[in-house]
Amino acid sequence: MVNPNLTDYSKTYKAFDWEKESQYFNGPSAGLGLNIAHEAVDRHANGGLGDTTAIRFVRKDQKRENISYVKLQELTSRFANVLDRLGIAKGETVYSLLGRVPELYITALGSLKRLAVFCPLFSVFGPEPIFQRLSKGEASLLVTNKLFYEKKVEKLIDRLPHLRYIFLIDVEEDLSKKVLSFDRWMKKASSSFSIPFTSPEDPALLHFTSGTTGMPKGALHVHKAVYTHYLTGKLVLDFHKNDVFWCTADPGWVTGTSYGIISPLVNGVTSIVDEQEFDAMRWYQILEKEKVNIWYTAPTAIRRLMRTEMDPKKEFDLSKLRLVLSVGEPLHAAEVIWAQQAFGVPVLDNWWQTETGGIMIANYRSMEVAPGSMGKPLPGIEAAVAEIDGDGIELITDTEAQGHLVLKKGFPSMFRAYLHEQERYNKCFIGDWYITGDLARRDRKGYFWFVGRADDIIKTSGHMVGPFEVESSLMKHPSVAEAAVIGKPEASVGEMVKAFVVLKEGVKENSETKLDIIGFARKELGPAVAPKEIAFVQRLPKTRSGKILRRLLKARELGLPEGDLSTLEPS
Amino acid sequence: MKEAEILNIVYGLLKQVAPETDPSSLTLDENIRESLNIDSYDALQFIVALSEKLGVDIPEKDYGQTGNLKNLLIYLEKRLH
Repeated sequence: MVNPNLTDYSKTYKAFDWEKESQYFNGPSAGLGLNIAHEAVDRHANGGLGDTTAIRFVRKDQKRENISYVKLQELTSRFANVLDRLGIAKGETVYSLLGRVPELYITALGSLKRLAVFCPLFSVFGPEPIFQRLSKGEASLLVTNKLFYEKKVEKLIDRLPHLRYIFLIDVEEDLSKKVLSFDRWMKKASSSFSIPFTSPEDPALLHFTSGTTGMPKGALHVHKAVYTHYLTGKLVLDFHKNDVFWCTADPGWVTGTSYGIISPLVNGVTSIVDEQEFDAMRWYQILEKEKVNIWYTAPTAIRRLMRTEMDPKKEFDLSKLRLVLSVGEPLHAAEVIWAQQAFGVPVLDNWWQTETGGIMIANYRSMEVAPGSMGKPLPGIEAAVAEIDGDGIELITDTEAQGHLVLKKGFPSMFRAYLHEQERYNKCFIGDWYITGDLARRDRKGYFWFVGRADDIIKTSGHMVGPFEVESSLMKHPSVAEAAVIGKPEASVGEMVKAFVVLKEGVKENSETKLDIIGFARKELGPAVAPKEIAFVQRLPKTRSGKILRRLLKARELGLPEGDLSTLEPS
Repeated sequence: MKEAEILNIVYGLLKQVAPETDPSSLTLDENIRESLNIDSYDALQFIVALSEKLGVDIPEKDYGQTGNLKNLLIYLEKRLH
């Protein structure tokens, strides 16, 4: 058995110093500054890991495609040179709209080399979420494929004045001066690129996350976030030399970038990327065939595997598996226990969010697991439960009391801005504390337990959906007068998006209207964001000032007490 | 049950989860989820509804055999007889 990197949590936590971790990085001492792509790719390619597989792609047809660290260096350098050639300057934003194909990873790391800011878009988004994100981030360049371009992007172009170039990964020739062939430009570019000096505070990654009142916010991270990518890889994912790691998340969400791309590469291990969506048997086969040592997945997937009613240990050779980790929403105690028995290894839940850039609270191999708990703060991270009111913030010292989960600001991967929204950013902080928006409690042993969201944001299949974004889209349907959207608890995905709709006068409340509205929302928003369920109501509960009381709709949906109704508009 | 009847049921249920699409335009080899933009939650709803409607048990571990119409029909044929 391999010994864990973190052997004594309390001792490490107490003695921890972020600056000591900087010794791992070789860019600063070589006078290159701190660049994520250098630490993830070039240092290994130029060091002893050149021939080691950096990423193994399992394509849809199950074919394997290995990219070594040297090959990844060459490909990402080519892309950085392409950006250079096209005049994409430092700090400009490069987006991808792709499934889990090699070009996505090349775009991400090549952009970081060129000091452009990389922003991945989830490929099942509909045109409206894509437009919101490209527009707010002032995308200069987008890498996508012909199908997504024609279906989702082409009609948006006139509304995106900043977008200068679009690369298609599956055309051989340029379509115009703006729409270019990825392969053609990559072939022409040099395979060597010197990364310009990178300040740790240079912007690197942009991830959009949902807001409760407005459109999605662009959380901006800097190259220094690599400290957290590295450290959590070492202490939480417990990477060791020659490990094979599989993170099942899509890079369209922050987990799939921080842990599907950066963290394993920085730590010099081999990453598995499966192009296909969830399929229980295929996933078990990948765990076996690829000899996965460490597996980072989500509660939604674990629940689906539970449904197979199989004993995976008996039917597959999972002897190489050392650790299973889960993130996205709480993994309930019963699920932790099932998974521990099914895989015969520790199953560790952890917690973090887009804004924190990496894992913040975790269960660790060397620490007793509290099933159902988020675990304890990462060394270097101070977490607390706090009461917040108009007067400010007060930390709760009583154990078991519920309050806002807050983190002491100043850790390396803390987001540095919500793009162009300083006021919204400022609102996230009170004094020295970052207010996460989640509610939690801490038990007497120091473990944190997730309680829920402090706001109306919906957590579905491990990602956030902002009710406002969905409501705005529903309101565009000709039959809809008003709409309110909530997260309805659902066993397999945590919460599902449910809309309450007031129809315009004369429109019939029937299943045809319902399906028409759902279809309309799916076309605009894509299936990850559109409501799965619609209920017709005569009116929506509102405050006297006209604000929709989503929490009241949710309480009614769940049959819970309706709470303080003093601000409710009289009916 | 004839293949055409099964197909009609399949189209009807797919239309419930992806009302904006035309499932009857799917070719036999096309990936259903990708072509109709169906996420894993919707895919699960579809299979559960199909299983109820046809009265056949479709266990989770077999879901991989239902990715396109051709495989789905072969699979259902086996389960129905």
